[in-house]
Amino acid sequence: MPPSITLRGVSKVYRPPKKPPYLAIDGVDLDVDQGRFVSVVGPSGCGKSTILALVAGLITATSGTITIRDDPVRAVRTDVGFLFQRDALLPWRTVRENVSLALRFRGLGHREIADRVDPWLARVGLAPFADNFPHELSGGMRKRAQLAQSLVVDPSVLLMDEPFSALDVQTRNLMENELLELWGASGKTVLFITHDLEEAIALSDELVVMTAGPGRIKARYPVPLPRPRNVSEVRFAPGFVSLYERAWSDLRDEVLRSYERSLRSAS
Amino acid sequence: MTLGVERIPLARRDWFVRALQLGVILFFIGAWEGLGRAGVLDPFYYSRPSLFLPRIAEWFAPGSTAGDIWLDIRVTLTETVLGFVIGTLLGLIVGYAFARNRLLGLAFDPLLSMFNAIPRLVLAPVFILAFGIDLASKVALGVTLVFFIVFFATFAAVRDVDQTLVDNVRILGARRRDVTFEVLLPAAFSAIVASLRTSAGFAFAGAVVAEYIGSNAGLGRRIATAEAFFDSTGVFGGIVLIALLALLLDSLLQLAEGRSSRWKPRRER
Repeated sequence: MPPSITLRGVSKVYRPPKKPPYLAIDGVDLDVDQGRFVSVVGPSGCGKSTILALVAGLITATSGTITIRDDPVRAVRTDVGFLFQRDALLPWRTVRENVSLALRFRGLGHREIADRVDPWLARVGLAPFADNFPHELSGGMRKRAQLAQSLVVDPSVLLMDEPFSALDVQTRNLMENELLELWGASGKTVLFITHDLEEAIALSDELVVMTAGPGRIKARYPVPLPRPRNVSEVRFAPGFVSLYERAWSDLRDEVLRSYERSLRSAS
Repeated sequence: MTLGVERIPLARRDWFVRALQLGVILFFIGAWEGLGRAGVLDPFYYSRPSLFLPRIAEWFAPGSTAGDIWLDIRVTLTETVLGFVIGTLLGLIVGYAFARNRLLGLAFDPLLSMFNAIPRLVLAPVFILAFGIDLASKVALGVTLVFFIVFFATFAAVRDVDQTLVDNVRILGARRRDVTFEVLLPAAFSAIVASLRTSAGFAFAGAVVAEYIGSNAGLGRRIATAEAFFDSTGVFGGIVLIALLALLLDSLLQLAEGRSSRWKPRRER
């Protein structure tokens, strides 16, 4: 399989006004093969969200090159799906209007939009709420709407930035299973960012552990767990615990370093 | 425990609160009338409800000697609407431009702050000198009042718009124009609607005050004429009529506001 996403020596320096510039990520090399589910874990402030924003073209790298399917990222990529941690639905648009946005921006007609949006609303269980506004839905339903919103144009790459971290544990497990189901036979490439090691292992084919900022890749682990998986059961599978322990010993030092640094900067 | 059989305390009952509100109003009017008749409030200065209420009725009677009341209402409302619409449009355009262009915003910031610091009503004589005693000077005053409210609301809403919303629609394929019409302007409209009632009230006040200072028609003119004849009954009649009209305007806007904010969580409305 050819790599779907590649990062070569990618660094990003932020220059906030009236503050010293800082290096968010430093020399990141990463290949994500077509159809793979790869998770990036790291302590907070390690630049993992920066990687995702760079791949999507929302910000530009200070050095290095990024390609999606051999196409260098130079501007915002509209051929990817992006799931944000925060609510990204337009609050003044109904669920149906929100899910229709990508098709409307592509200039499709009403009939065509409805033909493609309705199946997606049904698939994520939001057909009865199509004409509700986002604030009238629960957190899990809003996430489903966002999933439908991103997937309605059938992107081959899905970028997810801690998408479920604001949900309660039960809803989060449901959403993780639904995500695996949607992804299952789709052949889509997923780059998933999280600070939750359990979530990362339960979902992925491969695990990437980052160092505390400036973020570098510290270790990569294949996840040899069989699919299909149920995220609430896979935690008890043989192999899960040993992988968790190995990855956690990598991650623990970085979390401690990141924590100590946050204490220093706060004082 | 079953629901619905609890006794609702009197203070939480709708009809009781309404009756109380009506009672307070009636007491106020009654006290005014009573004190006026008892000679405590000199009717020469303070008039009495039993004097100015018939006066208002007289204005509305056909063939009134005080001039056509409908014409006065029409003139004042026209000025209000024009001041409101023009002020809102200007505030929206300038607020949007300044929020999108940092340098432009910085360049004009001190000047705008200076203008905003002027109590706008003192500009009324300037406008009357510059634009004459007709419609234009009243509209101009309303515009300066409405402009700053809408300008600041738009500027803050567009500048502070949630970047996640912008990033999301860009990845979904929005061009620059789509970002403007799908994200930035709706965010601005939301802030404008929230300040709608304030700015409409200001446009109305601007029209009436400018009429009072110099005009040949309108409700403000009617009060000024009454004042010139030491006719306090006419002054109070005009004031009460203006208050009623302002209330009517406000409740219409409240209705419009409710209709356009269905998408908002209740506590933010």
